[in-house]
Formats: sequence, C-alpha cells, structure tokens
Amino acid sequence: MEQLELFLQTLIAGFMLGGLYALIGLGMALVMGVMRVINLAHGDFMMIAMYIAYWLFTLLDIDPYLSVFIAAPALFLFGLAIQKYLLTPVMKVESILPHNLVILTVGLAMVFSNLATVFFTGDYRSTPVSYASNAWYLTDFWSESPIELSLSMPWTLSFVLAVVITIGLWIFLTKTDMGKSIRATSQDVDAALLMGVNVNRVRMMTFGIGMILVAAAGCLFIPIYYLYPALGRQFTNVGFVITVIGGMGSTNGAVIGGLILGIFESMTATYIGMGWAPAGRFAIFVAALVFLPGGIASIIRKRRLGK
Amino acid sequence: MKKYLPHIIFAGLCVVPLMNLSSYIMHILILVLMWSVIGMAWNILGGYTGQVSFGHAAFFGFGAYTAGILYYHLEISAWWGIPACVVILTALSLVVGYICLRLRGAYFALATLALGEICRVTTENLVDLTQGNMGIMIRERTWIDKTWYFYIILFIAAGTFLLIKIVMESKLGYYFVAIREDQDAAESLGIDTTFYKTISLCLSGVLTGIAGAFFMNYMGYIDPGVVFPLYDISITTVMVVMVGGAATYWGPVVGAVIMVFLAEEIRSLPYIGAAHMTIFGVILILIILFVPNGIVGDYKKLLKPFKRKKEASS
Amino acid sequence: MSLIEVKNVSKQFGGLAALTDVSFVLNKDEILGLIGPNGAGKTTMFNVINGFYRPTKGDVLLNGKRVSNLRPHVLCKLGVARTFQVVRPLQRMSTLDNVIASAFIRTKSKAEAEKVSLEVLQFTGLSDDINVLSKGLPLGKRKRLEIARALATRPEIILLDEAFAGLNPTEINEQIEIVQKIRTEKGITILIIEHHMKVIMAVSDRIVVLNYGQKIAEGTPSEIGHNPVVIEAYLGEEQSA
Ligand SMILES: Nc1ncnc2c1ncn2[C@@H]1O[C@H](COP(=O)(O)OP(=O)(O)OP(=O)(O)O)[C@@H](O)[C@H]1O
Ligand SMILES: [Mg+2]
Repeated sequence: MEQLELFLQTLIAGFMLGGLYALIGLGMALVMGVMRVINLAHGDFMMIAMYIAYWLFTLLDIDPYLSVFIAAPALFLFGLAIQKYLLTPVMKVESILPHNLVILTVGLAMVFSNLATVFFTGDYRSTPVSYASNAWYLTDFWSESPIELSLSMPWTLSFVLAVVITIGLWIFLTKTDMGKSIRATSQDVDAALLMGVNVNRVRMMTFGIGMILVAAAGCLFIPIYYLYPALGRQFTNVGFVITVIGGMGSTNGAVIGGLILGIFESMTATYIGMGWAPAGRFAIFVAALVFLPGGIASIIRKRRLGK
Repeated sequence: MKKYLPHIIFAGLCVVPLMNLSSYIMHILILVLMWSVIGMAWNILGGYTGQVSFGHAAFFGFGAYTAGILYYHLEISAWWGIPACVVILTALSLVVGYICLRLRGAYFALATLALGEICRVTTENLVDLTQGNMGIMIRERTWIDKTWYFYIILFIAAGTFLLIKIVMESKLGYYFVAIREDQDAAESLGIDTTFYKTISLCLSGVLTGIAGAFFMNYMGYIDPGVVFPLYDISITTVMVVMVGGAATYWGPVVGAVIMVFLAEEIRSLPYIGAAHMTIFGVILILIILFVPNGIVGDYKKLLKPFKRKKEASS
Repeated sequence: MSLIEVKNVSKQFGGLAALTDVSFVLNKDEILGLIGPNGAGKTTMFNVINGFYRPTKGDVLLNGKRVSNLRPHVLCKLGVARTFQVVRPLQRMSTLDNVIASAFIRTKSKAEAEKVSLEVLQFTGLSDDINVLSKGLPLGKRKRLEIARALATRPEIILLDEAFAGLNPTEINEQIEIVQKIRTEKGITILIIEHHMKVIMAVSDRIVVLNYGQKIAEGTPSEIGHNPVVIEAYLGEEQSA
C-alpha cells in the first residue's frame, strides 16, 4: 500500500511538474518552429520574469500569480526589442560557422545570468506566500480511502493556470489570423510567403509570445520553487529537451514532451536519487534522439495519416 | 615570408623560457598555448567540418579525468594520461559520433551541449571513481618551475598546428569542407559523410582531451566544476575560434591570445571583475554581428575603415 | 545488357504518391530520356536510384544487384553519379576545389585528383573559372559545374537532372553536343531529365514518360512524339497552367 501511495504521489507530482514544463517547452517550440532557432537563453528570460515577480512580491507585496500581468507584457516588449535589434540583423549575417543565431542566444544567456548575479547576488530566494503550505488531502474528501494522497495548493494552482494558459494559446493558434499565420510559417516559410504572410511580423510576434509563455512559466514557478541567477540554464535545458522529445517546433509534441519529462524526472528523483534527476533528463533526451529522431510529432503525424 | 611565419613564431617561442620572465607571465603563455590547442581542435570539427559543438568541455574534462584517474587509482604518473587519452577519447568520440553525428544542424549542437552536462553530472555522482565534487589532486607536481610545462604544451600546440595543416591539404581536408558546405551534395559525390564526420570528431576530441590531460598535470587539481563547465570551457572554446576566425589556421591562436589576456585582465579589475561573463557575452554578440568570421577571417573588413581614411587624406 | 533496372518502384511522401509502380531499364551505352510535366516524379526517381530516398515499394538493381538500400556515397563509388536540378555547389570553395573534392573518390593523391579535375573542367568549358568561388558563378556555369563534379567521380552512369540552363539556339546545340560527348568520349551511360524537348528528342535513344508518378509511355523519340497519351499529358499541363 505504501509503495502504491508513493508511486501515485510521485506520478501526481510529475504530472503537475510536466504541465509547467510544457509551458516552457511550448515557448521554445513556437520560436523553434517559426525561426528555426533554438533559444538557449529561454530559461534566462524565465529567470528575469521570476526576479520581476520576486521583487514585486518582496517590495510591493503583490501575489506572484498576479505579477503575470506585469511580467508577461514586460518580457513581451523585451522580446520584441531583442528580435528587432539582435536576431533580425544576425539572420542577415553570412558567416562560415552555422547556427549564428543559436550562438547569439548563448551570448544573451551569459549576459543575463551574470548581470543577475552582479545585481542580486547568488543568493537563493523565494516568495513565501501565506498559502504556501496549504494542501488538500484525499482523506478529507473520502474518509475510508485506503491510501492517502495530498495536493499542495500552490502546486495545484500553478498547474491549473498552466493548463488554462495552454488552452488559451491553443485557441489563439487555431482561431486567430495571427495564430494561423504563425502555424503556416512554422510549417513552410516559402508557402507562407506566397500566401502573403508578413513573415517578419510573424517572427516578431512569435518571439514575443514565446516570451509571454516563459514569463508566465516563471510566475507560476516562483511560488513553488526558489530562485537564483544561474537557474536559467536548468530551465533552458528542460526547454530544449522537451522541444526535441516533442519534435522540433511541434506544439502538441511539446505538451506531451513536457508531461513525459515531468513524470520521468519525478520518478528518477524518487526512485534513483535527487542528484541523478538532471542525468535522467539527458538520458531521455539522448534516447529520444536515437530512437525517435522526429520526436512525438512524427508519431502524431503517422497516426493521422493512418486514419 | 608568410610561408615561414609558423617557423619564426615557433623559434621565437622556443627561446621565451630563456628570457627569465616572471612566473605569472609564463603561466599566461602556457594558458594561451593550451587554449590554442583546444581552439584548433574545435576548429577541425566546427570550423572546417561545420559541426558546431557546444560541449567540448566533455572532451577536455574526459582528458583531464583520464590523467587524474590513472594517477589516483593506478598510482602512476598523470603524464600517462596523455597517451591514454588517445585511446580513451577515440572511444568516447566514436560513441558520441554514433549517437550525435546522424543529427543535422542544431540537433547536433544541442546533443553536444547535453553531452557536456551529462559528463558533469555523471562525474559528480560516480564518487568511487572520480571523488565527486571533492575533485582529484596531485600531491606532488612534477616541476615547480614552469619551463618544462611551457615546452610540453608548446610542442603539443606546434604538433597540432602541423597536423591540421597536413590534414587540411589532403583528401580529408577537402572532405571536411565539402561536408560543411553541403552535406547532401557531398554524400552524392561519394563522400561517406557519417564516416568522415566521425573522423573529424575523433581528431577534435583526442586533441582536446590531450589539452585536458595536460591541464591536470599542470594545475594539479580538477573537479567537475573546473573541467566540465558550459560557459568557462565549452562556450569559451567557441569564442576562442569565433574571435580569431573559424576555418583559418591562425584564428584559434589569435583567439586564444585575445581571450586569455582579456580574461586575466578583466577578472583582475575591481568591481568589473565580477561581471566578466557579461563582458564576454557582449563580445560574443558583437563578434557575431560585426565580424562573424573573426579577426583572421574578416581582417580585410576590419582594415577597411583605416584604408578609407588613408584614401581621404591622400 | 541492362546496367540499371528499376523494378516496380513506388515512393510515398506521407499521403502523396510521388512514384507509383514504375519500372524501366537503362542499358549500357545508351542515352535514356526521362520526361514528364512538372511534379511528375522525375527528380524523385533520381533520388531513389541514387540512394537519397529508399523506395516505399520495389527495387533498384545495378548490374543485377539490389542497391535500393545503399547510401548515395556507396552508389557513387559503384559508378552512379548525378547532378542536382537545384544546383548545390560547395559554395565557399573554388570551382577547382569543388571538382577536386569529388575526384578524390578514386585516388588519395592530390596531384592526381587535380589532374583529373582540370581535365573535366576543360571538358565542360570551365577552365577560365577555376579560381572563382563557386557561389560567384552565374547559373549556367554552376550547372556545368554540377556536370564537371559528376564526371570527376569517373562514373559508369551519369544522371543529369535538367543540367543545362538557357534556351537560345546556340546554347541548345552546345548542350546537345556536351551530352553526346559524354557518351562518345567518356563511354558513360546517361539517364537524362530535360524539359527542353528539342534536346531530349535529339540526344535520347529511348524515352520514358512519367505523369503523376506513373509511367505512361516508353519508346523511341519518334514513337513518343506521336503518342496521344503523352501529348495529352503535356497539353493538360499547358491548359491548367
Ligand atoms: N522530400 C519531399 N517531401 C515531400 N514531397 C516531395 C518531396 N520531394 C518531392 N515531393 C513531391 O513529389 C512530387 C514529385 O516531385 P519531383 O521533384 O520528383 O517532380 P519532377 O518531375 O522532378 O518535377 P520538375 O519538373 O518540376 O522538376 C511533387 O509533388 C513534389 O512536391
Ligand atoms: Mg525535378
């Protein structure tokens, strides 16, 4: 019974973590799809959003969940500026080495994480919200339940909000003109150009939306996590592992990839040891590269054609 | 004249230890030579073959740990690490190549990035073999004086330079560049792209590993954070090549000189020292924007403003 | 004697059938034309023969041996060279170096590779451009560079995919001459895709016609010229265009 309890609890924790991971992965996958570039500063943008939420909480006592409404627009504008003044010019640069854009994002990551250390020191920080240790217990609802499971309130809140945002994104991508242009560009740039899509504008918007997603992820993470300047790296890794598992640029794949990674990491941490969780992340990454080079997206596609 | 430049520089460097320079300057020169080796090694794979790696710390660290583990567990001189590297790093490169080289474009870069992280996490956790975060320390270093370390790394660097020159003027070199320019075209022209990419990776990996083994002997201490870091090794390697000039013979050497001096200078400045990563990041961004082929590759472009001035004044 | 035998080859891209059950043979020393409207599957056929794509169904035989699971570089080594319709020069290498890179397939010596290269560059009329970076060449010359590179691999068979550019009468005659010289002087068997009817009719011994991925006709140029199915396929294209 205890074994089952542990397993289910780990599964739930993994599922929730996965839902939040999916948000990070989605931002990266969108940018990857439209711009063909892996943004290796993705996690560092998230770190910036987390500091915004942290200072709003510490100085003005604003609930981290509410600071989404400040952090997201801030990062959106920041993203547009970066796209306009750095990414677009670099796209035009011709050089011997490929992947200039990716290397550029590495440069950005270095700058952000270092500046954060300089300004905010390397201290670990968190936002101790009043409801941090609230939780729901299964026995409260079903007193004869043979096993006990608990749901932490901030975790649940973050997860539910992540799901809401994901659905919102899905509606945006399928129902609005801009969303449709983004998907078209992601599938085939040349075709999109022929259809009269303003690809430059689409790229700007996509990068901006990627930033909104990652800002949201930051604000959802900070109540349940802690914050330090080098944290971006870890989440960048999470993001690109998901993007690869999901299939480069596939948003559906990113959601499933996020869930898989969350559950897998949670399982590694419980059953093998905390220290190995990052190794597990890369193990699944390598496995995906070797056994499923097209990612989950390739399976989804096959299914569809099969029908 | 230009043809003899390598000979002249080599001869010049050979007499440097006779000049009674301070131990600090010798240290800087040794670091410059070591980074030249790493840069040249990366250049084979990234610059010539077009396979950008964000994980060369893995090869560097593997080399360092090969030397360290031989010393610690077998109790033999850590210098044996250098020959042992050739075998161990060929094996590692073959494994990495098998997994990663089938991948195209950014996939490969990501896989190597992951490789560096995998190596770091694994070394941290395999405490019995690697001492984990305690690191490995050589109790008695071979020499107190820097002279011999200088000559050893000088010969490694000269050998690497020569080897690359020979390779790049042979069939191998043509094949590497062909793969960089267009993999499908290369394949249809009879080039076994997977095989030659693997060769390129092996050369690059072994040479980087040798630099790592030298580092263990020279510094006398390693731990996972020192030899496997992303920014301080993997990305710095990319920068050494980008600053100097990818796919040029002298680029990595020029890049190493600049990067080592910059790093030493900036780190020693008060206040700004803590922000050295920011400065490196900004330099990286500026290089990509304005001199994407590095100082050696774009030197004509760099000279342009001066030339124009001359024309205007004359 | 058949050098290449294409047996019931089909190739699907997702839901799209680019080739459906196509069979034909390429005999030694022959020039076989492969024609069809845009999107008929001609380039795809080359990609299957040359090992870039694995056929979804069917086989390609070279000298009676199955080669449809081999990679392009192996086929090149076995003597099958190709050009790309959308040219793919090694951009930042000189014209000469482009050709040397392919000549290395049969030799380790750079001097030898260079000799072979200079000879094929002469043959294709690129002698004056050997030191130009290939991305700086005009399209016509880049197309000829494709041929030069293919020839430098010393092939037994060459697959020419719309390897010529320009349509004025002198150019057309030049093209016809080069194709014929590849066979007469070098003894290479040729499979050629060409949109320009005059060229294809003049050089081919036989012609295979594809339409919507299916073989709709095969025969001598004059038979094909009078085949009502072929004429309709082409007229249909013109009407829809
Ligand atoms: N890699 C691919 N993935 C998906 N579809 C493809 C691919 N390659 C070709 N096709 C499709 O297969 C069909 C045949 O294309 P192919 O290039 O073989 O035609 P073609 O006869 O060479 O035409 P053209 O005369 O224009 O060169 C086309 O509809 C094309 O869009
Ligand atoms: Mg075609």
